[in-house]
Amino acid sequence: MWSTGATVAIALAYVALLFFIAWRGDRQAAAGRNPLASPWIYALSLAVYCTAWTFYGSVGRAATDGYGFLPIYLGPTLACALGWVVYRKILRIAKIERLTSIADFLASRFGKSAFLGAVVAVVAVVGTVPYIALQLKAVATSFQLLLARDGPSALSYEQLSLSAAAVLALFAILFGTRSVDLTEQHAGLVLAIAFESLVKLVAFLAVGLFVVFGLYEGFGDLFARAAADPALAAMLSRQGASEGAWAWMTFLSLLAFWFLPRQFQVGIVENVDERHLSTSAWLLPLYLLVINVFVLPIALAGRMSPATAGASGDTFVLLLPLSADRAELAVLVFLGGLSAATSMVIVESLAISNMVANDLVLPVLLQRSGSVGGDFRQPLLISRRLAIVAVLLLGHLYAISAGVGASLISIGLVSFAAVAQLAPATLGGLYWAGATRRGALAGLIGGFAVWAYTLPLPSLVATGRLPASFLSEGPLGLSWLRPHALFGLDGLDPLSHSLTWSLLVNVVAFVGVSSLAAPGPVEERQARRFVDVFRYRGEVEVPVWSADAPVASLRALLSRFLGEERTERALQAWADEQGVDLDHMGQAHPELIAFAERLLAGTTGAASARVALASVAQEKTLDVGEVVELLDETSRVIAASRELAEKSQELETASAELRRVNEQLRELDRLKDDFLSTMAHELRTPLTAIRAFAEILHDNPELDTEKRSEFLRVIAKENERLSRLIHDLLDLARLEGKEERMVAEPVDLAEVVADGVAALDQLAASRGVEIEVTAPMGLPPVAGDRDRLIQVVINLVSNAVRFCPAATGHVAVSVQRRRGELLLGVEDNGPGVPPTEREAIFEKFRQIARPVSGRQAGTGLGLAITRRIVARHGGRIWVEDAAEGGALFLVSLPTRAADAPQPIPLLLGA
Amino acid sequence: MSRERILIVEDEPNIVLSLEFLLAQHGYEVVVARDGEEALAAVEARPPALVLLDVMLPGIDGYEVCRRLREQPELTHLKIILLTARGRDAERLRGLEQGADLYVTKPFSTRELIATIAGCLGGSPP
Repeated sequence: MWSTGATVAIALAYVALLFFIAWRGDRQAAAGRNPLASPWIYALSLAVYCTAWTFYGSVGRAATDGYGFLPIYLGPTLACALGWVVYRKILRIAKIERLTSIADFLASRFGKSAFLGAVVAVVAVVGTVPYIALQLKAVATSFQLLLARDGPSALSYEQLSLSAAAVLALFAILFGTRSVDLTEQHAGLVLAIAFESLVKLVAFLAVGLFVVFGLYEGFGDLFARAAADPALAAMLSRQGASEGAWAWMTFLSLLAFWFLPRQFQVGIVENVDERHLSTSAWLLPLYLLVINVFVLPIALAGRMSPATAGASGDTFVLLLPLSADRAELAVLVFLGGLSAATSMVIVESLAISNMVANDLVLPVLLQRSGSVGGDFRQPLLISRRLAIVAVLLLGHLYAISAGVGASLISIGLVSFAAVAQLAPATLGGLYWAGATRRGALAGLIGGFAVWAYTLPLPSLVATGRLPASFLSEGPLGLSWLRPHALFGLDGLDPLSHSLTWSLLVNVVAFVGVSSLAAPGPVEERQARRFVDVFRYRGEVEVPVWSADAPVASLRALLSRFLGEERTERALQAWADEQGVDLDHMGQAHPELIAFAERLLAGTTGAASARVALASVAQEKTLDVGEVVELLDETSRVIAASRELAEKSQELETASAELRRVNEQLRELDRLKDDFLSTMAHELRTPLTAIRAFAEILHDNPELDTEKRSEFLRVIAKENERLSRLIHDLLDLARLEGKEERMVAEPVDLAEVVADGVAALDQLAASRGVEIEVTAPMGLPPVAGDRDRLIQVVINLVSNAVRFCPAATGHVAVSVQRRRGELLLGVEDNGPGVPPTEREAIFEKFRQIARPVSGRQAGTGLGLAITRRIVARHGGRIWVEDAAEGGALFLVSLPTRAADAPQPIPLLLGA
Repeated sequence: MSRERILIVEDEPNIVLSLEFLLAQHGYEVVVARDGEEALAAVEARPPALVLLDVMLPGIDGYEVCRRLREQPELTHLKIILLTARGRDAERLRGLEQGADLYVTKPFSTRELIATIAGCLGGSPP
């Protein structure tokens, strides 16, 4: 089927693809298009939770336990649901404090304790090495299975495991330890992990579909046949393990999802945006659901198939397609398993190496070199790389030792139980300010010891390194010390038993010891920063460092860890933000030292950063009371300044509003002045003529009769003009006044038009202008004031008549019905209104041209009055080009229901 | 001695009518322009001794006409009297700034106007 060479080639090609994706991801991130900015990549990378254990082991568990595999996926689902509350807090703290691992988190929380960090690192290493071994084992086994049909493999299990470890170490080193700064995200690596999550999902779904629809005729068929098998039917109805074990496993996997080193790495350290949590909150549970749909069907099919008789359930996923001669599917499955295993190993080894380097190696280095010594970057990177190699080598050794006889899933659970020991201190540290370093240490060590005694130790019995009596009768015959029944607690499965005791001891020790003594000053400060992170938002800085460190030595210290260039960049950024000049700062501000500490923490972890800084700066010896006081003081100041900022914002808004109103008032004032001035002009113009001619007549009694009567006619006409003007002004004032009530009664617009036009017959006839009226029958009435509407018609038509050329003038008045309104049109063949003036002509005293006939000049108020009247009727007036080049004035008036009730006085607002 | 020429710039026909009558009666030669453009053209064609200039004109207004006339160095002896119905101080100032010699508000007393014109031309009416 597949030669060893071909299989190796496929595997290597796949790994090469991973290298390529990771390389591309890093390139993209460098070019400013960070793939991690996508919440989808984040959610998919979280699926690193699904390891080879999921891929092969879930089916193995389902083959013997039925639904027993499910709690392992219920836990993360629950974790996602709680994510916004708990996980977001961890995330927020980690970003503010620049935390780089779960060990760093705990060390930082409990007074930046190097010792606590070291203990956590040890727990993590011990807890995860078997887990890594499990992945290597899965890779090697699946590889061998793939080749088994063509006779014995050319590669031994040991060789396979070792080469897998070597390739993965190379990958982790290349893409995980390039930069010394751990808070910098590994875009390429995470992108590759997300890709692997897709591969394993696709592969598993493919084999699932093949089994259900290829080997069987769907779910119904498969489950019906399984039900016919008494052993399987019994397994399915047994509901797997007991309810207690279900609860424990769910809880356990929830903790694992949060605190496993690799989950902390992808979920916290590699996170770039808190909001991604809301995507992962549904996407990850969905992923888990989908990948688990086919677990039970595959397990049942494996149990029923003669081809897999006697084989371990862990191998069903691969054996089923192989036995059906579906080689390509088998290879896909192999690649899926490979993805699951490699992604876990890569991230886990990276996370562990950070802890080992920062929490185990660096403190020793720092102690040895003290404040002198050269560049730390190389030693740090080298120790991280060596740690990766060491962890993988340990995993390999574990994988080939006889201890891995156990099924995949049980090794995984042992690891989970170890990591669960981190939970009390972490969760307690998040919510309980009274938790202390001693308490955390006591709980962790106690719980870990019980875990070691009750879970890994008994497995030595199976390998024959301990006598069986150790299990059955207890060490030295002390039956209350039996590892699976401590203090006589019998009847639980080993996992539940171990968890019950280890977590009990852990929590009791943690709480008990914490309560014995109050936390020290640094602990107190960190406790506040963690527990109240949402309140202080990381803004509260207690000056724990005295300002007696020269900036130069601070700079030198940072350079040793970050390099000169990065140090300079970071310090400059800080100085710019704070608005200080570093060159003129001899002694570093306490804030600068605190900044340097956090900066350093991103590379060395919190505990080592504190130790390193202590070599150049003096730590203040504040007591707890002072710390609390300072914290409260600072947060009060922050609250006050925030309040101040809000107040000044409000003030600014208010003054902007005032300025705007003032501007409006000025504008109104200007308009009023303009109006008064224009009105004065309009009134004085006829008065001027009247006075002039009156004086002329008075001073020249000898004038001939013809001249006299001409001058008297002028006086009369100007007098008339003055009266019209005053009338229109008063009319306009009435229309603009708020009190003017208009009667709203049903008015027939056609009738109004007829009346209005009739009133102008004489004017039209005198100018030789023809008026044509078109109004269809049966128009709905408009509600309004009949006299006012007639006034509108007269104003518009008389304007039209006056602007028409004499003799050839033609005015067309029409009423049309439109949706919900009537449209009155008055069209003339005069000069028209230029587009720029079409708004302005409706303003008071705005005449663009004198009428052709000077005999009856307008007052300049007609259109302003007309617009007011139309507006009071809820209508609109505007002007367009008429077809013949003149002006077309249009008035739209809303119609009311024909059966409008009796006239209602309406207060029609302007 | 030839009669002094006065240019009336005004768009209100009845006011033009009264001014024409008054000035002719007092022995001036009268020319009429209906708007600013016409006024500038009339001055260019044959400069009068005095311009009686209304401020509110269609097109370019009286201030602008005044400014343009004052720009021409050869017209230094030209007298300009602004006529306006807008009687605010600000406008009076503006008119004088533009180089008008005097400023008369409407409605005016015919006798005063004639006296003003005569004073402006440096003598009693011809």
